[in-house]
Parts: sequence; C-alpha cells; structure tokens
Amino acid sequence: MNNTAKMIIVLTIITGLSGGILSSWDNITKPKIEYHRLQALKAAISEVLPQYDYYDELEAEGTTLYVGRIEDQNEPVGIAFTTQGSGFQGNISMMVGVDPSFNAITGLKVLEQVETPGLGTKIVTDPSNKSNPLWFPEQFVGVNLFPAITVVKNIKPSTKNEIQAISGATITSKAVVDIVNGNISRIKNLYQSTD
Amino acid sequence: MAKKKTSLYREFVKGLWDDNPVLRMLLGLCPALAVTNSAINGLAMGMATTFVLLSSSIIISLLRKVIPHQVRIAGYIVIIATFVTVADKFLAAFLPEISKSLGPYVPLIVVNCLILGRQEAFSSKNNVGRSILDALGMGTGFIFVLVVLGGIREILGSATLFNLQILGDWFNPWMIMILPPGAFLTLGILIGLGNWLNERKVKV
Repeated sequence: MNNTAKMIIVLTIITGLSGGILSSWDNITKPKIEYHRLQALKAAISEVLPQYDYYDELEAEGTTLYVGRIEDQNEPVGIAFTTQGSGFQGNISMMVGVDPSFNAITGLKVLEQVETPGLGTKIVTDPSNKSNPLWFPEQFVGVNLFPAITVVKNIKPSTKNEIQAISGATITSKAVVDIVNGNISRIKNLYQSTD
Repeated sequence: MAKKKTSLYREFVKGLWDDNPVLRMLLGLCPALAVTNSAINGLAMGMATTFVLLSSSIIISLLRKVIPHQVRIAGYIVIIATFVTVADKFLAAFLPEISKSLGPYVPLIVVNCLILGRQEAFSSKNNVGRSILDALGMGTGFIFVLVVLGGIREILGSATLFNLQILGDWFNPWMIMILPPGAFLTLGILIGLGNWLNERKVKV
C-alpha cells in the first residue's frame, strides 16, 4: 500500500471513530446538561418573582418572557426576563423580575459575569458584608423603573429609583443599572403587545 | 536497542519533580495561570488534563506504528480533541458548578502543549505500559502544582482553602492574589523555589 493511501485511510478511520464516540457521548450527556440548564433557569425565575404557582413562557422577537401566575387568577404576579449588556470587562447577563404593570422591580439576579474578582463580583455576592452579602442585588427590589434608575455613590438611596454603587466598582454597578434601564422599555412594549 | 532502558519506576516519578511539567519544563502554563484562583479549580483542571493525557497516551501509543509519520500531528490532535470534548461534556453534565467556574479553559486543554508534547516526545515512541506510567506521573505532577498554586492564591486572596474559612476575620484578603498578577507572582516564586531546592540537592 502506498503511503498517500495509508495516510488518507488512517486519518479517515481516526476521525470517523472520533465522530462516533462524540455523538454517542453527546446523546448520554445532553439530557443531563439540559436538565441543569432548566434547573438554573427555574431557580433564577423563582428568585426574582414573588411567590407563584407556575409560569408561562411568552416568545416574542427572540426574547422569552416568563410570566409567573397563581392558579385561578387572571392577573400575573410578575414578569421575568433575561437581559444582558457590557460590564466593566465583559458581558453581564441577568434575570430581572418586574411587576405586571412595569412600575417596579421585584428582583434581580446576575447569571453570568466576568467582573473583577472581589470588586465587581459583589454584584453577585459580597462576602465582605457579613450581615447581608446580597445587599447589592437586593437593593433593586421595589425600585421604580420610570423615570430611569440612577446610581448614587457613598450615600444611601433617598428616592425610590436610586441604587447605591459598590465602592471600588462604580462602573460595574452603573453597567447593571444601565442594562436594566436600556432594555426595560423594549420588554414593556413586547409584553403589552403580546398580552 | 543501544539506549539503556530507564526503569518503570523512573518513568512515573520523573513527572513528579525532575521533569515536572510546570515547574521544570514550563509546559501547560496557560491553565496553570488562568484557573488556579482556588484550590478546587486547580484540582478539577488538573484531573481533567490528566484524564485527557492518560487516555490519549494509551490510544496514541497503541497506534504508534499505524499512524503515518507525515500526518501524525493531525491524528494526535483529533484524538486529543475527542477526549477533551468527552471531559468537557462530562463536567457539564455531572459537575455543573465546576464546569461553570472553569469556563472556556476545559475546551482549551486541546491546545495545552503538555499533552501534545508528551505524545510527540514519549507515547509515539514507547509501549503502552510506559506511556501510562509517563502520563500518570506527568498528570500527578501537574495536579500537584495546580493545587499548590490554587491553594496559596486562595488562602492569601480569599482567606479560604477548598472553600473552608481558614484565616480569621483579622486577615484582610490580598485581592491581587486571585487576579492574574497573583498567578504570575505565585508561579514565579514556586519555580524559583523549585530551582533553589534542586541546586541544594545537587550540592549535597
């Protein structure tokens, strides 16, 4: 057998076997990966919405809205959606819950971020604040959406649409607020046009 | 064969210290620097790399007479990439937390020169038994350095080790240790320490 033919045959067999192994391994792991993804999604939704019995998924223009409902009640308890934008170093994606009339936020949870460890990561949890590590995301609960949310530095928020910035991570804090401000009108229109 | 065969024991232990992939050969530095911000991440990365190294060493050593010389690198990379994907999916399916914290560095094991280097330098020239010992030794040495590196950075940077609080509230964590500069500082000191110990050993 000449060498060229051998090269082709050997490489073909190796890649073929590799493809076979990967596709069967993918079949085994896919349901598990999908299960974890769904669990994480459900956990995030239940964290940002008030108590609900079940949620509907509304698909509109590539965005999914999760509408939390209570049995036998017409009015939903809240609407959750994922949104993302630029942070200090990379993308920040988060789950945001709002009340059905889009007046105020019911909860906010950062899902993915690559902010500076120890500073920007306080948008997820702040281990240096022993009494309440979640003080930053929890500030958003009850905050009014219109007029736009603003960021204040080093002082306690005085109105219903202010958020106190994390000291040392003002840009990250502002990014989170800007992502909410920048997307809320679009989400509101989407929800009201589908409803 | 004119060359004297090294003992089987030697094939294993050389990876632990004398030919340690990170400290002596300076291979696989990208994951060694990037994911070692905690001991558990270092351990997971080391185990994933060792799994890939061991599996591909076995296969490549078995196929060493079958793969034509001209296409060997292409063949090695396909085999390595297969095992990396298997490891990546395994972590995502069974250890989602660790998979999330390692992020893109698991797929990047494909381009870890430690793995391709061992195939080219060792498995393609030695039988399966020796290749397994070599891979286990190199893998253990790699895990050892990653855990030590991750451990030092975690203790100084977040006052914990394997997520357990070990330094009290009096200690103000050195934020820089879990940032990229902390990785370079710690690795530099470890390599220096390794060289110093080796010099002393030779003198005695």
